[in-house]
Amino acid sequence: MLLEIKNLHVEVADKKILNGLNLTIEKGQVAAIMGPNGSGKSTFSYVLAGKDAYNITEGDILLDGESILELAPDERAAKGIFLAFQYPVEVPGVATMTFLRTALNAQRKLRGEGEYSTPDFIKLVRETSAKLGVSQEHLRRAVNVGFSGGEKKRNEILQMAILQPRLAILDETDSGLDIDALKIVSEGVNRLRSPERSMIVITHYQRLLNYIVPDVVHVMSKGRVVKSGGKELALELEAKGYAQYTDEAA
Amino acid sequence: MPAVQETVDRVRQIDVDQYKYGFVTDVESEKAPIGLSEDTVRYISAKKNEPAWMLEWRLEAFKRWLTMREPTWARVDYPKIDYQNAYYYSAPKKKPELSSLDEVDPQILETYKKLGIPLREQEMLAGVVRKDADGNVLAERRVAVDAVFDSVSVATTFKEELKRAGVIFMPMSEAIQQHPELVRKYLGSVVPTTDNFFATLNSAVFSDGSFVYVPPGVRCPMELSTYFRINEANTGQFERTLIIADKGAYVSYLEGCTAPMRDENQLHAAVVELVTHDDAEIKYSTVQNWYPGDADGKGGIFNFVTKRGDCRGKNSKISWTQVETGSAITWKYPSCILRGDGSRGEFYSIAISNGMQQVDSGTKMIHLGKNTTSRIISKGISAGKSNNTYRGLVTAHRKATGARNFTNCDSLLIGDQCGAHTVPYIEAKNSSAVFEHEASTSKISEDMLFYCRSRGMSAEEATALVVNGFVKDVLQQLPMEFAVEAQNLISISLEGSVG
Repeated sequence: MLLEIKNLHVEVADKKILNGLNLTIEKGQVAAIMGPNGSGKSTFSYVLAGKDAYNITEGDILLDGESILELAPDERAAKGIFLAFQYPVEVPGVATMTFLRTALNAQRKLRGEGEYSTPDFIKLVRETSAKLGVSQEHLRRAVNVGFSGGEKKRNEILQMAILQPRLAILDETDSGLDIDALKIVSEGVNRLRSPERSMIVITHYQRLLNYIVPDVVHVMSKGRVVKSGGKELALELEAKGYAQYTDEAA
Repeated sequence: MPAVQETVDRVRQIDVDQYKYGFVTDVESEKAPIGLSEDTVRYISAKKNEPAWMLEWRLEAFKRWLTMREPTWARVDYPKIDYQNAYYYSAPKKKPELSSLDEVDPQILETYKKLGIPLREQEMLAGVVRKDADGNVLAERRVAVDAVFDSVSVATTFKEELKRAGVIFMPMSEAIQQHPELVRKYLGSVVPTTDNFFATLNSAVFSDGSFVYVPPGVRCPMELSTYFRINEANTGQFERTLIIADKGAYVSYLEGCTAPMRDENQLHAAVVELVTHDDAEIKYSTVQNWYPGDADGKGGIFNFVTKRGDCRGKNSKISWTQVETGSAITWKYPSCILRGDGSRGEFYSIAISNGMQQVDSGTKMIHLGKNTTSRIISKGISAGKSNNTYRGLVTAHRKATGARNFTNCDSLLIGDQCGAHTVPYIEAKNSSAVFEHEASTSKISEDMLFYCRSRGMSAEEATALVVNGFVKDVLQQLPMEFAVEAQNLISISLEGSVG
């Protein structure tokens, strides 16, 4: 078992968002988390990555059996947690290439590994970006500045491919994508599937799961997991909607 | 430049005092008596064995200074300076004439080594091969260094090669002796002795500085550089720099400054004058890292500087680039007088303030000639409890038809206890002038920091990355090796600014 969430209660500005969430993610598993707007999906992804401003009042998050609640976001990243943002942030003036290198070397430093040399790093990025269909011009542009929705999401996948996390959280990766961009991004994600890498795919719609086929599906409502099942659960949700779960949890 | 990396690493190890150049070199020095009087001016002039006309010039400035009052319009606040409680001249007590580096006091050389200054010619000639991010070998650059230790220039490298090109690059004190006709013609012609309180003070007591003359049609074969360093306690440093690019000439000049830590505030009032004739160009870059004071704002350098360039000839160009990270007080407005038709002035600035630092800096673009153009890019970064003001004047006179200016002022705030202020003055006295002004103020956002940190960067690494992105347009204007140094300096200056 890679990740274990135990009875997690989270508040933001005195408002309860997560309400006794329990979840386990196995090594190499791709788990989809579905749920209506406001069910706490994005909060959950931020809490995993260690964003400030969330008050954890109860419960624990265990990675390899150890609590990560006290770890800063960069320490979590070094342990292999990666969040692909729903709304990737623009960093003006910082070339994507520079950003990638700073991030990778920072993680390696935290893990006590040596920094990549410039030629090795360039080789790594060239190979990785070629596989994902990311152009050299893209690497020179400032991080996410002036990127289309599709380019932003692809940039997240590129970062994931370079950083090679053990646990990737994809937060509404499908939002804002047309069908072509969705296919390209999904292919990139599927390429990164491995028995060594777990993924949490957070989505509102079933559509994404046609391309990234999950091992398990969890339904979230009002800050808890209310139902878990196989990939067919996603289809059932698509047909019947979330209403039954929102009522149940009420 | 491994020396830079070494310095950066060393600084990271210092917990007690974050200022990296806080050491004092123990060299015997010779000082003028404390205080400022006509006798002090005569003492300095006599020490330098100056001709009578130079002494007269100084004395006239001194008389003028006595009638002037310290300006108070800048957004800076500091205790009253007691001009009678400072030394106005201090020289290392060694023979002032040095013909080679071997004669320089080894302790002084040691100081420069600590600062990572590439003083030794052989190191420069060896030219470490450096590569850019894509692995391309960068063109080897060489830099001639004129090092000023306290008030006396100790060694000038590359003299011979420059001499062959016809370029004169020497300490001001030597130029007064060897090229009096040039000095007399140009000194005070851009910043007159009557200009302002601090410039007039400088005119009376300036100790040394650099003199550059590039003859017609000559492109200076290397970057010229001066490192200033204030060492003696309570010694004001008053450098005087004069650079002339004759018709069609080009020169790039870099001034870098560091000072050791001191408890008393130290006054620094430099004057820099640039003159370009027809089709000539001067590029002047500054990296300034003087002691900013401790966490409570105690100590630190007071930096009151007058820098001005005169585009005297047609189609000439003057470009100022500055990276200001140090000093307790910065009062500095590198300016361009666009006199020649078709001349161009540029000002690229990064001003970083942290702790209790106060910065009031900007530029003046004075359009006098026809079809003159100017460009101002200013990036101010405020952290800690500091205050950072951009103050800029753009003016077009009646005859300056077709004048154009573009100004962009961006301010970045780190934390919630600092201030950023933008004070633009714009005057157009003819209807054909086109002036554009853009300004923005932003806070380094939590979202941006979290994004970077979620990728593995520490709070400091993330801040440095975001700030370096913010100032990129200006960093690109610096010569390559100094850009790297400046980037490191920016990271160091902001250490401790994020919780």
